[in-house]
Order: sequence, then structure tokens, then C-alpha cells
Amino acid sequence: MSTPLIMFVGFIALTLGITMWASRQSSGASAFFAAGRRITGWQNGIAVAGDYMSAASFLGIAGIIAFQGYDGFMYSVGFLVAYLTVLLIVAEPLRNTGKYTMADVLAYRLSPRPVRAVAAISTLTVSTFYMIAQMVGAGTLVALLLKGSGITYNGAVTMVGILMVAYVVFGGMLATTWVQIVKAVLLMCGTFLLSILVLAHFHFSLREFFGAVSHVQDGAKVVNFLTPGLRYKPPYGALDLISLGLALILGTAGLPHILIRFYTVPDAKTARVSVVWAMGIIGTFYIMTTFLGFGAATIVGKAYIAKNGGVNMSAPLLAKYLGGDIFFAFISSIAFATILAVVAGLTISASTSFAHDVYENVIHHGRKQSPGKTVLVARVTAFVVGAVAIAIAIVLGPTFNVAFLVGLAFAVAASANLPVILLSIFWKRFTTEGAVCGLATGLVGSLALIVVSPSIMGIDGPAVAVSARHLIQAAPLFPLENPGIVSIPLGFIGAFVGTMMSRVDDHSEAKFTELEVRANTGLGSEQATAH
Amino acid sequence: MQPEKSDPLIVTKWDRIAHTDAFKDLMAAKARFIVPATLFFIVYYFALPVLVGYAPDLMRREVIGPLNIAYLFALSQFFMAWLVAALYMRAANRFDSMAKKMLDVHQAGEGK
Repeated sequence: MSTPLIMFVGFIALTLGITMWASRQSSGASAFFAAGRRITGWQNGIAVAGDYMSAASFLGIAGIIAFQGYDGFMYSVGFLVAYLTVLLIVAEPLRNTGKYTMADVLAYRLSPRPVRAVAAISTLTVSTFYMIAQMVGAGTLVALLLKGSGITYNGAVTMVGILMVAYVVFGGMLATTWVQIVKAVLLMCGTFLLSILVLAHFHFSLREFFGAVSHVQDGAKVVNFLTPGLRYKPPYGALDLISLGLALILGTAGLPHILIRFYTVPDAKTARVSVVWAMGIIGTFYIMTTFLGFGAATIVGKAYIAKNGGVNMSAPLLAKYLGGDIFFAFISSIAFATILAVVAGLTISASTSFAHDVYENVIHHGRKQSPGKTVLVARVTAFVVGAVAIAIAIVLGPTFNVAFLVGLAFAVAASANLPVILLSIFWKRFTTEGAVCGLATGLVGSLALIVVSPSIMGIDGPAVAVSARHLIQAAPLFPLENPGIVSIPLGFIGAFVGTMMSRVDDHSEAKFTELEVRANTGLGSEQATAH
Repeated sequence: MQPEKSDPLIVTKWDRIAHTDAFKDLMAAKARFIVPATLFFIVYYFALPVLVGYAPDLMRREVIGPLNIAYLFALSQFFMAWLVAALYMRAANRFDSMAKKMLDVHQAGEGK
């Protein structure tokens, strides 16, 4: 067996061990969906970081910085600052008023069936896009890393799908949490070691390092990679950057798989502590993307990376150059662990939303179902989600450009989910019609704008390979890659107009007082289960 | 706790709490921190893409060796986020004790 394969198998064995342990802990709905609400602050903080830092961050951001310099670092900044929205505005009210899903907060005041149905559609959309991006990435990565071991793209995708379903079906939220914790610790160790090796290469002199970054050989030219504008160029680059910033800052607090993590802790104070832990870890990680990305640009070089696996392989190739085959295997298995932890989080978020929002509340009108039945529905959903994700990832194939899917997930979260979460917490007049209208305009608006954006539309010359061609061969109708600057206001306007067109909802206004007291004091919030 | 007298809308324990001065003080204290903190971080954050996009020459200016304003400003965002988080943690501990005191008074009131 090759070294990478041994490390992969080791990680899989460890996570399956965690899953077996978790499956023997107490059962029941609260245990399955929210780990009994007994996760501690630091544990949840690390798990949030593990849930959040996807392959798009580890491989994608390092790659963008390696190829386009400073503009890639703008993503890093946004990914951390976004947590201030989570910390200051969303996490504590959510924990105090909800039970298992994002839709709980909306259903608190509003008519539960319509808002849960639409919120579940939005949750499933965000989770599916995000998951497909990760699965395609995982398939490509594993096939590339284990070249010669006989594992193909399809085999790798299937394996990832089976593992994520196994964690969720057998171990529920508890297993998912610990897989995310193990992954976050591994990712931080790997990133830290790689950063140290990069600095060692420059004799631990930051001056020498940044000196090299400002003189990167890019083809025949020497380019200063610290200069903004290598990716986002005029005339629309500036607007695109602002639009991206909006989607990151408002989207993170609307990502269902992140939000449900705050139900796993005993109270709002612990939720707050866990956000701060997550911010410490996430911030440290994204600062280190400086060394990963610029390191790959200066030490390995764009030309070599492009020939040996492409932009997403920047970090693993840097590891290979600096630490040899063993370190390459280590970094590669961390990338694999990263993907597994994120898809597990997405799977449980989709399953919880279907079982709790759709099955229990939309189909059964919120009549109490036996907890065993709801958990069973969630497990079946996890199977379906896994099968669908495997099928789509195989149909799209390894060369499909997945980068825009992650952007799309953030755009939908920011445009559909966040406006209605904010308005239901802060606006007394808000009505069911407003929530449904806001969710729908935000969701449809961001999807439609992506379809007509340069990510999907464009005219390729005959030299462009078939797999890299734009899906629609026509000039883009919308000039920005990131739709947030238009779709986020659309979500808010939809919610506002829908509310003002509907009659004043006395029930919603009366419950607003209750929500306000509960959100701000924790009175009546869901308690942790006894051990 | 003084429930207001003849208001027909005050029927539940939630309404009774919402009408206390202690709760109004809590909400005011939270708003006094959260509103300016949110405005501050949003302005500070969006200053980065706006300046990078619309004042590229300023942002390209090198200040420490090869390090330009764009990179240093981006790096400062991380410390800004951590600082705001730390300040919020301190303020939130105060909110927690205000809420706890209020709920204790409320529970004593409900018990009688």
C-alpha cells in the first residue's frame, strides 16, 4: 500500500470508530439531531470551524492566491469577518428560540407549514449545491492523489458518499461533531506545519518572503502578487468584489449547516463562546492562507502547478516540494478529511430539515410524531441525499467547474435565508406572506442571476476544451460573477413587499413579544438532555 | 415587579416581562453595544473592497518594505474581527447578569 492510501485508510478507520462510539450513546430525537445539546463551547467552536473550512477554502483559496495573488486573500478576510454577523446578531436568538433547524426561528411567530416548506426548499438547495461542489472536488482529489492505486473518480465519489451517509445514519449529530473536530485539528496542524516549512524556505525572514511575493515569475513577466486586481479587473471587478463581500458577510449567518451547530450546545452563552472559539481557529487558518497561497506561487510556481493537477492542487504540490512524499500524503489526506467532515455536516443539515420541517411539521401538521419515527425519516433522507449527490457528481464528471457552486450556496443563504431570519427576529409587523415571498425572491433571484452570469454564460473560442466551456454559449446578461449585490436586496424587498401586501397578523405580532423575551433572556429555551 | 394595571394586552408571562423596566433596560443596553458594533464592522469591512476597487493607486502604495496598504488593511481585518468579538464577550457577560437578575425577580413574582 502506498503512503497516501495508508493515511486515508487510517483516517477512515478513526472516523468510523467515532461513529460506532456515538451510535452507542443515548438515542432519541434530541440526541440524533442535536447531540443531546451537551456539546461544550470549545468543542462546538472547533466543530463549527471543521464544518465551515471546506475544500474550497483549503485547496480553492490557496489555489486562487497562488494563481491570482492578493484578490484570493480577499476571500480569506470575508470568511472570518462574516462570523461577526453570526456572533452579534444570529447565534444567540437562534439558540434561544429554535429546536433543530433554521426554520424553527421563522415558525415561532409565523404560520408554520408554509414557512417551513419554503425554508426547507432553500436549505436543501444550499446543501445540495455545496455538497456537489465538495463531492466533485473529492473525486478529483482522490483520483489524483491515489493515482496508480486503481481508485477512479467514480469510485472516490461513491466512497465519499457512503462514508458521509454512514456517519450520519449511525452516529447522528454526535458522530458528525467529532468527525468535524478531528478534521479541524488535523487541518490546523497541517496548515501550521506547511506555513512553517514555507517560512523556513525563506530563512524565517518575512522580508525575504514578501520580497519574493512581490516578484513572482508569471510566464515571461514578473508580477507583484501583493497587488490587487489580478482576478477582479475593470470595468466590473470592483462591484464584483463588493458583491462577493456581501454574500460572504451575510451568507455565513444563513448557512443551514452552520446554524444547526448552535443547537448542539446547552444554552445561548455556550453558543456565544463557541462562535468565539471558531473565530480564533478560522481566523488563524485564513491568515495562514497567505503562506500556503503565496508560498505555492513563489516556491512551486504557477506553470508547474498548472501542468500537474491545476489550481486546486497548489497546496498539496507545495507540501510535496517542501516535505516530500510523506508530507504530500499527509496534506492530501487532510484535504480528504476536510471534505468528509463538511459533507457529513451538509448531510445532517439536509436530513434534519426534511425530517423536522417537512415530515413532522408540513406533512403531519406538527402533531407529535414518535421521536423514533422522525429519526428514521432523517436516516432515510440521509440515504437519499447521499445517493442523489453521488449520482449528480458522477454525471457532472471530474472536469466540471464547481467553484461557482460554493459561491451560489453563499448567495442563496445571504439572499433567501438571512433576510427572513433577521426580519423575524427584529420586525414586529413581519408576516407569513412576507417570509414566503422573501425566501422565494431571494432563492429564485440568486439562482437566475447565476445562470445569466459569466460563470455559466460566455462565448468560448475554438481552442477551449469541451469540458472547460461555458454551459451557455452566449454573452452573459449579468456582468458580475457574484449576484449578491442584486439578489440580497431582492430578498429583503420581497420580504418587505410581501409583508406590506398582507393583512396585519395579530398572532405574529403577539408572538413577537414572546420571541423577543425568549431570544434575549433564554427563558423557555430548549434544554440539554440529562445524561 | 409592577405589572401595569388595566392593559388588556398584558396577559401572558412574556408580556409581563416585556413591560418591566428591567427588560427594557436590557434591550437598551444590548442595542447600545450591538448597533454601533455592527455598523462599525460593516463599514470597516466594506472599506476594503471599495478602496481596492476604486482607489487602487492608494492601495498599491508600499509602506513596510514590499507590503502595500491593500495587504496590511486586509490583515488588519482579522484583528478587527477578534477585537470586536472580545469586546462583545465582555459586554455580553454584563447582559447575562442583567437577564439573570431580571428572571430571578420574575420567578419570585410568579411564585407568590
